[in-house]
Amino acid sequence: MQFMLLFSRQGKLRLQKWYVPLSDKEKKKITRELVQTVLARKPKMCSFLEWRDLKIVYKRYASLYFCCAIEDQDNELITLEIIHRYVELLDKYFGSVCELDIIFNFEKAYFILDEFLLGGEAQETSKKNVLKAIEQADLLQENQSEDWGGLAAEEVL
Amino acid sequence: MLVVFPVVFLVLVHFPPSTFVNLGLQASDSPPDHTPTFPECLSLFGHSHWAALPQSTKHLHSNSQCPSGLVLISGWVLSAGKSKEAEIKRINKELANIRSKFKGDKALDGYSKKKYVCKLLFIFLLGHDIDFGHMEAVNLLSSNKYTEKQIGYLFISVLVNSNSELIRLINNAIKNDLASRNPTFMCLALHCIANVGSREMAEAFAGEIPRILVAGDTMDSVKQSAALCLLRLYKTSPDLVLMGEWTSRVVHLLNDQHMGVVTAAISLITCLSQKNPDEFKTCVSLAVSRLSRIVSSASTDLQDYTYYFVPAPWLSCKLLRLLQCYPPPEDGAVKGRLVECLETILNKAQEPPKSKKVQHSNAKNAILFEAISLIIHYDSEPNLLVRACNQLGQFLQHRETNLRYLALESMCTLASSEFSHEAVKTHIETVINALKTERDVSVRQRAADLLYAMCDRSNAKQIVAEMLSYLETADYSIREEMVLKVAILAEKYAVDYSWYVDTILNLIRIAGDYVSEEVWYRVIQIVINRDDVQGYAAKTVFEALQAPACHENMVKVGGYILGEFGNLIAGDPRSSPLVQFNLLHSKFHLCSVPTRALLLSAYIKFINLFPETKATIQEVLRCDSQIRNSDVELQQRAVEYLKLSSIASTDVLATVLEEMPPFPERESSILAKLKKKKGPGAVSVSDLDEGKRDGGGELNGAGERGPESSVVSTPSPSADLLGLRSAPPVGSAAQGAGSLLVDVFSEAGPLAPASGVNDDGFLRFVCKNNGVLFENQLLQIGIKSEYRQNLGRMYLFYGNKTSVQFVNFTSTVSVALISFITKPVDPLVEGGAQLQQVLNIECLSDFSDAPLLNIRFRYGGALQNLTLKLPLTINKFFQPTEMGSQDFFQRWKQLSLPQQEAQKIFKANHSMDKEVLKAKLLGLGMALLENVDPNPENFVCAGVVQTKAQQVGCLLRLEPNIQAQMYRLTLRSSKDTVSKRLCDLLAEQF
Repeated sequence: MQFMLLFSRQGKLRLQKWYVPLSDKEKKKITRELVQTVLARKPKMCSFLEWRDLKIVYKRYASLYFCCAIEDQDNELITLEIIHRYVELLDKYFGSVCELDIIFNFEKAYFILDEFLLGGEAQETSKKNVLKAIEQADLLQENQSEDWGGLAAEEVL
Repeated sequence: MLVVFPVVFLVLVHFPPSTFVNLGLQASDSPPDHTPTFPECLSLFGHSHWAALPQSTKHLHSNSQCPSGLVLISGWVLSAGKSKEAEIKRINKELANIRSKFKGDKALDGYSKKKYVCKLLFIFLLGHDIDFGHMEAVNLLSSNKYTEKQIGYLFISVLVNSNSELIRLINNAIKNDLASRNPTFMCLALHCIANVGSREMAEAFAGEIPRILVAGDTMDSVKQSAALCLLRLYKTSPDLVLMGEWTSRVVHLLNDQHMGVVTAAISLITCLSQKNPDEFKTCVSLAVSRLSRIVSSASTDLQDYTYYFVPAPWLSCKLLRLLQCYPPPEDGAVKGRLVECLETILNKAQEPPKSKKVQHSNAKNAILFEAISLIIHYDSEPNLLVRACNQLGQFLQHRETNLRYLALESMCTLASSEFSHEAVKTHIETVINALKTERDVSVRQRAADLLYAMCDRSNAKQIVAEMLSYLETADYSIREEMVLKVAILAEKYAVDYSWYVDTILNLIRIAGDYVSEEVWYRVIQIVINRDDVQGYAAKTVFEALQAPACHENMVKVGGYILGEFGNLIAGDPRSSPLVQFNLLHSKFHLCSVPTRALLLSAYIKFINLFPETKATIQEVLRCDSQIRNSDVELQQRAVEYLKLSSIASTDVLATVLEEMPPFPERESSILAKLKKKKGPGAVSVSDLDEGKRDGGGELNGAGERGPESSVVSTPSPSADLLGLRSAPPVGSAAQGAGSLLVDVFSEAGPLAPASGVNDDGFLRFVCKNNGVLFENQLLQIGIKSEYRQNLGRMYLFYGNKTSVQFVNFTSTVSVALISFITKPVDPLVEGGAQLQQVLNIECLSDFSDAPLLNIRFRYGGALQNLTLKLPLTINKFFQPTEMGSQDFFQRWKQLSLPQQEAQKIFKANHSMDKEVLKAKLLGLGMALLENVDPNPENFVCAGVVQTKAQQVGCLLRLEPNIQAQMYRLTLRSSKDTVSKRLCDLLAEQF
């Protein structure tokens, strides 16, 4: 996989993950083009399209589009299920995940993605194992958070 | 709780309602691509806008889920969504605040640092540029608090900066974490390497990670990260990742008990196998036995690795993918086992589904398609191939669009196998039907591809006819490719050439705008080369031209063919010479200059073919609109042809205007064009694929390629034809030949990446055309160039400064939106000698990246490899435009969209003397307009960039501020990329 983008129906980018080195300018250009292309497609159309020399696999979940760019020899259907598994992971972690969860807890969305996919390839496909890793990390931070927990409330105000 | 409420309020007010809607997993019965509109969601998922709220905000205030402070700012940010300016203002204020915190005297504690770094990330992810905070993020890496470290790593992963100073610090922190033996920290560090994957990181860690990967005491999760981390480093820097002694232990990870480890490791092994198949070939039998175990397992055996009743679909696909790196196993037992697996997979496709969910069928079919790919790859089991074809045939009529799409795609490859070609052909009616009825253009595109692939002599007429009739209503986006395909099939499978001529003329009639030059050149080449079709062609074009509105391409073909073979139909009084001439001439005034030029040539040919038309034609040539035409080319032709027809004797005329000799036979230039269209469409795409690029680098390897393969010398077929068309004084052959040449270049493999592209000399040539581009102890490269409109000619002089011969000397130019014709350079450059190379250049479209010139040669036994930016910039194709003050300001105002303007304010680097500036601006190629700007100190210029695709008008204003030693440069043009590029180029010049 070369990159993964999450964007809203309004075209707002919510998460971006690049597995190939590209300049910021190029990333912006790709994002702009792809968001436009995908948003212009009708609901019943197929989830795959050719774009430049890549294959785009996308799927919409409520207000969010999940969009992956894969290479010629990669498998479209399994990529579609990569997207689904990622949504399942987010859903399980946040409990009925919605777009807002991903906006505010973007760091968690990234951490979960890193546990699931690394370097553009599936690292761990077991839902249990991925969530275990994230929960362990959360545990680490719970233990450490006591000393500044009070500050957080102040900052929110 | 009192604290929380106002925040909730902010959030509530400012987010669009859809952000609260859960992503719909709970409502698992809803079909996957059922994408409800908002009100529908409410009832479907049982969440109202308000009911969803507690869920969506629940994490915001738990002590650690959300970096504090984020809520307020994001509330603001998103609220400002209505007005972009307000959002930017708010963000800038926030950025200024963070900047002052970072710069402040008071040292920040880890918590605040984390908070602000996290805010920066958030702002970046909203789409704003972030140019600071890297140092603070790096500091977080060495924190011993997990969350701080984690945010630090995330920032680095998302916003890497190639600042070498920082990379050293980052690498240091990573090194410490890798050595910490704390698996959580180790994984964080490995994730960071995998996310950044820079060469510096490869240098630092490529040696260490294989050891972590195979060590017995490494935790499974760390192994998984290590495997994929190594994969990423291998993709960036294959030369640095050496498996060597670890190879066999890495291969044996396929046997690991932990499925996750196998899943991760197999991606690495597949990639390594592609590059070094021999070293890794033991993986084949391991992969087969692993696959066999998965395929034969019950759906519950693999516990959490079973996905919707399908055992380990990701791993199965990857195993099948790995096997595609190798030929069929030689060992009979292994092969038998594998064939059994493939049969089981095909059988399972026929079983009733274990679940109605689309995830189940997707996962199952993903494996099936991968298995079919393997069967096609082996191309040796007729039985499996035919079964695969039948399976895909079923999918062709499946109700899932995705499956129909994939079946069409997969069948395309099956069509090329001799075993299954016939089986594929039986589905022709279904495919034709898909072409006509599919509602999604991407599916129709696949159907067209498949028709193209399954076409042979037996069904060519049917397929071509279907494609032609589809063209009448086809989507604009695929017309050009369809036209090329029809043209190729018609030529390839033509039994009688009159059918071919009919088909191409039909193409021009139906989709004239999409018929590229290659297509109509080709029909002319074929007609000229085959005398049995010439009479028919003349008759057919004559008839086609009688349509009241016919496409200009038809006029071109008609003009050319009647000019050559009009005599073959002149016997019929309905197409007597004068009738032919009048027909052609009736189209003349509606045509563009190149077509008119072609018609003028046809007229002079008529004078030779039919002496009785001489008087009429001379009269036409003599009239003011020809002989005094404002277009130099047309005027010249009219004058010369008139003179030629008046003074030359019949014999001379007959010799000069003799029928065109047959063209040398060669591969169709249309084929080249199609290949090019299929290839990377834009310059930048090659950047996307680092892996392929590396391969290209090897292909270009030292001295393996002779000079013939790197430089094009064959005259293009179209060059001959072009003699008749408007032939500009420079590089006349460049126009039509462009695409053919481009293709030859691209087949030679992408050029090695700019391994230290040298662009010192480049900027010095923006405002001048001649000079020394490059010089070192061995070689001097001088340049002389001249440009006219969108064409140019560049002379490169390679001087050998040594007394020793350079051997295997080659020079290649990467092609972007410019086409080149180069003559091959002599592979030997004697000591002290100078070698000259001429590049004929045509600018096809505006471009930003300069073409790269790659020079390789051997000096003493050492290979020298040099890549330079060729000093070819968009401004070379400027045509100056003089205009008055009123005109200028009117146009300036017309170009007032924000994207049409590019502006830079910069410090003067060179003399600000008025005369010096004038000279530079003149060198730029635009017209320097006097008395236009009310302030006499300012400069304004105007010019038109000439490209083949379009002309781009540009206006420039340069405002020097002598006191401040600054300039403000503003460019406006009708194309944003042009304004931007010119502004960037020029800012370096003053």
